[in-house]
Amino acid sequence: MPANAPLDPLVALAGGLLIGLAAAFLLLFSGRIAGISGMFARVTGIADSGTPRKDALAFVLGLPIGAVIVNLWIRQPEIVVTSSVPLIIAAGLLVGFGTRMGNGCTSGHGVCGVSRLSPRSLAATASFMLTGFVVVAVARHLIAGA
Amino acid sequence: MRQTFIALVTGILFGAGLALSDMVNPARVLAFLDIFGAWDPALALVMVGAIIPSAIAYQFTRKMNGPVFETKFFVPENRIIDRQLIIGGAIFGAGWGLAGYCPGPAMAGMVFGDWQPFAFVAAMFAGMWLHRLSNDGFARRKAAI
Repeated sequence: MPANAPLDPLVALAGGLLIGLAAAFLLLFSGRIAGISGMFARVTGIADSGTPRKDALAFVLGLPIGAVIVNLWIRQPEIVVTSSVPLIIAAGLLVGFGTRMGNGCTSGHGVCGVSRLSPRSLAATASFMLTGFVVVAVARHLIAGA
Repeated sequence: MRQTFIALVTGILFGAGLALSDMVNPARVLAFLDIFGAWDPALALVMVGAIIPSAIAYQFTRKMNGPVFETKFFVPENRIIDRQLIIGGAIFGAGWGLAGYCPGPAMAGMVFGDWQPFAFVAAMFAGMWLHRLSNDGFARRKAAI
């Protein structure tokens, strides 16, 4: 596996702060949870209720805009994707199905829910972190490393 | 209109945070999940950084009558931990560990010129659609009984 150059911890923390500020901003001004899987489901018409559709669309469009701004003026992220096509498709299917079934992902449960100590979000976060660790351990150290 | 603007600004800030913290790089995410390998703590720092302002804002809401541009807060009040939540979370985590993409970074990452985030987002849509189909089917079977 190619190792990443270590990320300056302050940069990681600053990126996290921006994400947290985003969540805080949406909550204080519109009263909504910045859950990305839920917003995506609203935009695509998969979810029938939640954030108004045009607001969800504005949010989802903002994500790549924000990434472009950082890329242009602050730092260019180095992107390394080693997964094969079938693996990426399988991953997408699982993430789509799982986030609907569990009502959220890393943003809605992991950031917003954990911030307010929601028992459901704490449980969901523990669940996805655990299987994330297990899948990587199996893929890298049992299958690839064998 | 004001809410749409707020949502756009939120998305931009969020996407900027994901790019700045390198969460748009699946290799960085996988290195965090690789606790038996060369563990990379970046994602944990991102989580800590994100939770601080978000938690402070949530405490603030307790003293507010409502959000600035809305009549009430739309914060989920369900506290029941059920099988759907845990199994759904587990399925999501498995997909996350498989390629290192979760929904936000995949969408923000669409601008870096690779095809992979597009393939992932298309498959994610299909996965959500399958869930909706299976749920509708389940509801129909339940109604038929």
